[in-house]
Amino acid sequence: MAQRVSIFVTCIVDQLFPKVGLAMADVLERLGYRVDFPEDQTCCGQPAFNTGYRREACQVARHFLKVFRDAEYVVVPSGSCTSMIAHHFHELFPDDSEMQRAAGALSPRVWEFSKFVLEVAGAEDVGARLNDVVTYHDSCHALREFGIKDGPRRLLANVRGLELREMDTAEECCGFGGTFSVKLPEISGGMARTKIDSIVRTGAKTVVSLDSSCLMQIQGALSRAALPVRTMHLAEVLASR
Amino acid sequence: MSAAFDEKVHTTLADANLQLAIYRATERLIDHRKHAVTATALPEYQELRTYANAVKRHTIDHLDHYLEEFEANVTARGGQVVYCQDATEVADFVLGLAKERGAQLIVKSKSMTTEEIDLNERLEHHNLESVETDLGEYILQLAHQRPYHIVAPALHLTRYDVGDLFARTLGVANETVVEKQTLIARAVLRQKFLAADIGISGANFLIADSGAVTIVENEGNARLTTSAPKIHIAVAGIEKLIPRAQDLAVFLKLLGRSATGQALTVYTSFLSGPRRAGEIDGPEEFYVVLLDNGRTKLLADKGKRESLYCIRCGACLNHCPVYRKIGGHSFPWVYSGPIGAIITPQFLGIEHEPSLPFASSLCGACAEVCPVKIDIPKILLELRTEVKQAEERGGTNRVERLAFKIFAWVMCHPRIYELAGLMAAGVAPSKNGKWLRKAPPAMNLAPVRAWLSQRDLPPAPAKSFRELWRKR
Repeated sequence: MAQRVSIFVTCIVDQLFPKVGLAMADVLERLGYRVDFPEDQTCCGQPAFNTGYRREACQVARHFLKVFRDAEYVVVPSGSCTSMIAHHFHELFPDDSEMQRAAGALSPRVWEFSKFVLEVAGAEDVGARLNDVVTYHDSCHALREFGIKDGPRRLLANVRGLELREMDTAEECCGFGGTFSVKLPEISGGMARTKIDSIVRTGAKTVVSLDSSCLMQIQGALSRAALPVRTMHLAEVLASR
Repeated sequence: MSAAFDEKVHTTLADANLQLAIYRATERLIDHRKHAVTATALPEYQELRTYANAVKRHTIDHLDHYLEEFEANVTARGGQVVYCQDATEVADFVLGLAKERGAQLIVKSKSMTTEEIDLNERLEHHNLESVETDLGEYILQLAHQRPYHIVAPALHLTRYDVGDLFARTLGVANETVVEKQTLIARAVLRQKFLAADIGISGANFLIADSGAVTIVENEGNARLTTSAPKIHIAVAGIEKLIPRAQDLAVFLKLLGRSATGQALTVYTSFLSGPRRAGEIDGPEEFYVVLLDNGRTKLLADKGKRESLYCIRCGACLNHCPVYRKIGGHSFPWVYSGPIGAIITPQFLGIEHEPSLPFASSLCGACAEVCPVKIDIPKILLELRTEVKQAEERGGTNRVERLAFKIFAWVMCHPRIYELAGLMAAGVAPSKNGKWLRKAPPAMNLAPVRAWLSQRDLPPAPAKSFRELWRKR
C-alpha cells in the first residue's frame, strides 16, 4: 500500500495561493504517495511568534500538534513554516513537558517539500517539463535553518526545457520577514527592489522559490514596477508537464 | 517606530548617493571576507568558529575568575586595573589623572567602547584636547559625527566629502586624492603624537593569563598612541577577556578575516605593562579601565548573555540587508546593525528604542557570518517578546495585541478560520487574477496600506485550497 504523507499547505497557500498546494499534492502522488490533507489545519503560529506574542503562538502550536499528532510525514511547501514547526515549537513550552515531547516527536517527521522529494522520496527527476528561463531565490529559512541550497537547483536542472540562470543576490533576503513587511514597509520595500533588480539582470522570465511568502513579496514588487516577470513555487514547476 | 528612527530611515533610503556608498563599501567587505574563509583559504573555518564560541562561552560563564586573574597579572607587571561602572566614572578617572600629571593633550586610537561613553565630548567639556588618530575616526571627529560602522567608521563618506571637510576645518586646499588626504591628516596627527601627554586606546582582547592587552589595526596609529605618550590608558568592556594567550591563535584568525578579509591586520600589538628597566620605549604608566556600563546586567541573563561574545568584527553589519538599506546613523546608539539591535536594548534598557528588535526580517545572514556564532535572530525574537510583555504591562499597543488574540483564536478554530477566509475573499474579489494597487474599501486597514505603500497585493483566489481539495 502506498505510504501516506500529510500535507500542511500553510495558511498563505490555503488562502492566497491554492495552486501551490495542489501542485505539491500532484508531485507527491506522482512519486507514489497517498496524500492526506487534515482539514483542521490552519497556521503554524509563526506570525505571532515572530512578532513577540509567544502565548498566542503557543496556542496555535498546540492546535497544530493536535491536528498532526498521528502523521507519519508532514510535508510543507515552505522552509519558513517548516522551521517554525521543527525548530521553534519546542521552545514554546518551557514548562510543559508533555507538549515539549509532542513537539520533539513531530519535529523529525516535518519536511520542507524539496527536501522531502530528494531525501525521503529519493527523486531528483520528477518527470517535469517547463519551457522557461528561470532564476532561483534562496528563501532565508530554507537556506540558513536547513542548509537547503543545491537540492532545489538539482531538481530544477532535471526539468526538461528549463534553463536556470543564477542571480547575483540569490542568498539575499527579499525583505518580506512576516510582520516586518508592514511594520517597516519602507525598508522591506527597498530590500524587495534590490532583489528584483538582481532578478531582472538575469533576463529570466520566472522567479522560483520554496516559500510563497517570499514570492508574494517579490511578485508584489515586480507587479508594482510593471515588470513582465512571474513567480512560481518550486512545486508548481515540478508539477508542470 | 519612533519618529526619529523613521525619519533617519526615510532620509537614508531617499539619498541615492548614500545608498550607493553603503552598498559598495559593504559589498567590498562581503567579498573580501568570502574569499578569506573559503574551504581552500581556511579549511578549519567552521571548527574555529565552534572553538571561539566555546572559549567565549566559558569565559563569560566564569568572568569573575578571569577578571581577577587578569587584574593580578596586570598589577604584577606594574600596570593598574581600574573598574568603572559607567561613562562618568571613566571620564572622572581620566580627568583626575590628567590633572595630577598636568596633561593637556590626549591622542586616541579607535575604540567603540570610548564612543559608547562619549569620552571625547566629556574630556573636551573640561578643556582637555582629545584627538582621534585613526583616519576614519579623525574625519568623523572633524565632522562631529558618530561612527557609521563598527570597523569602517567613515564608510558613508566619499573622498569628495572628505576633501570638502578638510578644506573647511583644516584650512587646506580641497584635495580629492585619497593618498594626499592621508598625508594631510598624517602631518597634523604626527605633531599630536609627539606632543601628547596621554594615549587612550581600546582593546580587542584582554588576556587573563598574561595581563596583556591586544590591539589589531592597519594604520599604526594605535601602536603610536600606546607607546609615544608617557601614559597609556586602555579602555575596554569587561567582556573582552579571553583566558589564555594561546587562544589568540583562533581569535586573530577569525577577526581579521571576518572584518576585512585580512589573514592578519597590518599591526597586532601585545601590550603588557609600562616600560621596564632597560627597555627603550613604551609608556611610563599603564592603566586598563574595565567598563561595565550595563554589561553585568546581561551576565545575569542566561538566555541572552551570548550577546557578550561579540568581538566587534562588523561582519553582521556588512551582510545585513537592513543595515545596507538604512546605514549606521539610523540606529539609536553607536552600535549599529544586527549586533547593535541586540545590545542596545540590553545595555540601555528595552524602553530606549523598543522598535529596534523589530527592524529585522530575521533572515539570519548575521548569524551565518558571526565568527563567534552568536544566535542574533534568536535574541531578537526574545527581545521582541520582552517588548510585547512590557506593552501588556503598560497597557499600550492594545489594537495589535487584540488582533493577535483574535488571530490565535481563529487559528485554533478551523471552521471559524474557513469562514474568515471566505469573508476576506468576498471583500477583495479577484479581477482576472490581476494584483491590486489599491486596497478594496473594506480592507482599508493600516497593515494593508503599509503593504500597498511599497508593493501590489495578491488578489484573493476564487476558492481556497481546502475548497478545491474537497472537489478534487
